[in-house]
Amino acid sequence: MALNKTANEICSLCSKKFLGILNGISKRNSHFIYKPDTNLPIQGKTEKLNMFQAINNALDITLKTDKTAMIFGEDVGFGGVFRCTVGLRDKYGKERIFNTPLSEQGIAGFAIGVANMGSTAIAEMQFADYIFPAFDQIVNEAAKMRYRSAGQYDCGKLTIRAPTMAVGHGALYHSQSPESYFAHTPGLKVVIPSTAVKAKGLLLSCIRDPNPCIFFEPKILYRSASEQVPLDDYELPLGKADVLTEGTDITLIGWGTQVHVLLEVAKLAQEKFKVSCEVIDLVSILPWDSETIFKSAKKTKRVIIAHEAPLTCGFGAELATSIQEECFLNLEAPVTRVTGFDTPFPHIFEPFYLPNKWRCLDAIEKIMNY
Amino acid sequence: MATYRYRCFKLVFSGSIRRKFSNQVSQLPSETTAPPLFPGAKTTWTEQLTFTGKDSYDPIPVYRVMDEQGRIIEESENPNLPDDIIVRMYEKMLYVSVMDKILYESQRQGRISFYMTNSGEEATQIGSAAALNISDVIYGQYREVGVLVWRGFSLQNISDQCYGNSDDVGLGKQMPVHYGSKQLNFVTISSPLTTQMPQAAGAAYALKGTNRVVMCYFGDGAASEGDAHAGFNFAATLDCPVIFFCRNNGFAISTPTDEQYRGDGIAARGPSYGINSIRVDGNDVFAVYNATKFAKSYCLKENKPVIIEAMTYRVGHHSTSDDSTAYRSAEEIKSWSSESPIYKLQTHMKERNLWNEEKEQQTLEQAKKDVLKAFYAAEAKLKPKWTEMFGGVYATMPKHLQKQMNEMKLHVEKYKEHYPLNKFAKE
Repeated sequence: MALNKTANEICSLCSKKFLGILNGISKRNSHFIYKPDTNLPIQGKTEKLNMFQAINNALDITLKTDKTAMIFGEDVGFGGVFRCTVGLRDKYGKERIFNTPLSEQGIAGFAIGVANMGSTAIAEMQFADYIFPAFDQIVNEAAKMRYRSAGQYDCGKLTIRAPTMAVGHGALYHSQSPESYFAHTPGLKVVIPSTAVKAKGLLLSCIRDPNPCIFFEPKILYRSASEQVPLDDYELPLGKADVLTEGTDITLIGWGTQVHVLLEVAKLAQEKFKVSCEVIDLVSILPWDSETIFKSAKKTKRVIIAHEAPLTCGFGAELATSIQEECFLNLEAPVTRVTGFDTPFPHIFEPFYLPNKWRCLDAIEKIMNY
Repeated sequence: MATYRYRCFKLVFSGSIRRKFSNQVSQLPSETTAPPLFPGAKTTWTEQLTFTGKDSYDPIPVYRVMDEQGRIIEESENPNLPDDIIVRMYEKMLYVSVMDKILYESQRQGRISFYMTNSGEEATQIGSAAALNISDVIYGQYREVGVLVWRGFSLQNISDQCYGNSDDVGLGKQMPVHYGSKQLNFVTISSPLTTQMPQAAGAAYALKGTNRVVMCYFGDGAASEGDAHAGFNFAATLDCPVIFFCRNNGFAISTPTDEQYRGDGIAARGPSYGINSIRVDGNDVFAVYNATKFAKSYCLKENKPVIIEAMTYRVGHHSTSDDSTAYRSAEEIKSWSSESPIYKLQTHMKERNLWNEEKEQQTLEQAKKDVLKAFYAAEAKLKPKWTEMFGGVYATMPKHLQKQMNEMKLHVEKYKEHYPLNKFAKE
């Protein structure tokens, strides 16, 4: 724990430098190519924004339209170590955008209390890797509050944002994908965007959803994801997957950064093996869109699920089992998972750890020849 | 009176502590040296290599209004409550103790699954509740039923919750004694200890400027959790009008306080967080009342938190799953029974002719009757319909949960003789 905190503090202190390196690496040799989102959910004025700017824009809209909304966490006051809250304190005041002491359990507990009183609480965990001290507050308290009081009290106005996933050199505690820990918790919603356009619409939905939501932001996309984002207010549905590319031979399911890996893999599979891939961005981990997934699996009869988190009990396991139960008669091959390994997330070995396009392509080849 | 109290407060929170430190400071050649400029503390230099420890300042004294015989010690500290309020306080304390005895026994007979009594701590509950408004929000631990009783939670509400029947506002989802009432601004109790402390700070932050405070109860054991540290520190740094009320009853299940902490209790932690603290005799209902009233007005005026540590003794077992004579002597328990807050207030009232033996017997009889009536009524009621099990997980039921419920409905229909359907309300 003490080491955790130290790493956390160091990150906040050298964030600009950290981001500089991050940016450089993601341009030089990242494991994916970002595919801009051209699917605009609404008409109207747009601006080229990256993911952190789109998130900042969503928070700005929230603060403007919801007078009870407040944002807090470690270092959010000056703009956040990833710049997501930049400019907001000056615009809306330090009563609404404020730093908390360095304590994740405190942030989560405090946020639940704010939401209990009917105010909108947007709490930030600096890295998803440091959400675990708040696990008790999130799992035992936030998720169960409505249920245990039979609706007398809830914290539906709570949203927790946390940067997640690999960043090139984040090692054990700046790379984790903890979504499946939370997917096992009835009462929560868990959402992960893959583009700047989605980040804005999904975050606004999470903030306004009457249930506690965890919004995991793939930190490698903060700067690399960039496209025309509508400036007006819009929401994207929670619990709804997004079919990005239609295909006939195999379904590829991913979320967050991995979506972009899979889009590239689909192209490679077409070129190399003449295989038509259907690529699905799951978007919501809990509740997840079984309808879209089953429909696709029944059509293509083959499914690969890819996620950065470790294999065992990763969310791929839930998807694979459900697909097997629902689509048993349609499947032509075993549902396959391409994931991180059952090790902690390593530093120098990251290129060998990630479920990159070559491992995914290899899996497609094997499944097609099954 | 108010001035006097303020002086008292100052003495406890700053006087004795500062005095000791300033003794050290006065030996320094401070005029020749600029003070340290480190951002982490506003302080002075010293050239003496000494520790600051528990003995660097006096223990925080216990504030009391009544002596052992229920006599007011300093008339200036007498809250001078109207007679009917005093009688009501006493009656509520008595009701809680009668209810405890009956529900405790009913658990022993297997009629409810679990119970936790409040014996010895009735004054902390009633005294503090009486000093608040009903609009003030309560976050509790689990041994605060008197607060609810004071606010109007009925014996029937309590019995219904313990039975988890269809009239329980919690719909039978939680264990007994996990009460809650939105109407009475009492946030539903949960079992995980101390989680309510940072929540109370957050709630107080959200309520700033509304002339309401948040009251957060917890035990001396719960204060060891990380969430207590978080709650104190967040409340202090974010200027939250919350009263942290510690029931220091000497035990956390079997663990005595000397295995719980080595400092001067919980109150002494307050100043280290920058929180004003006060320690009171938890068996003295007037002392608890005064301290809570004082704390509330400070919270509202300053938008800052307060810690009240009420010293008391857990006379009953920890819960119905615990036999406390396994770790403490029956004599020790007995000696505290005669120090009880109920006895103390009763003596006070008798001396002032507000109470007599006849009223005592009448009230006891009536309380027994009322409790039993509520208890039997609760026992006779059906449980909520079993499909309520799926309700309230989310604001609206998601598809996957709908599917699980429908599957279970078909199963229950098929195997109905194996489920206690007759005890549950029909669909």
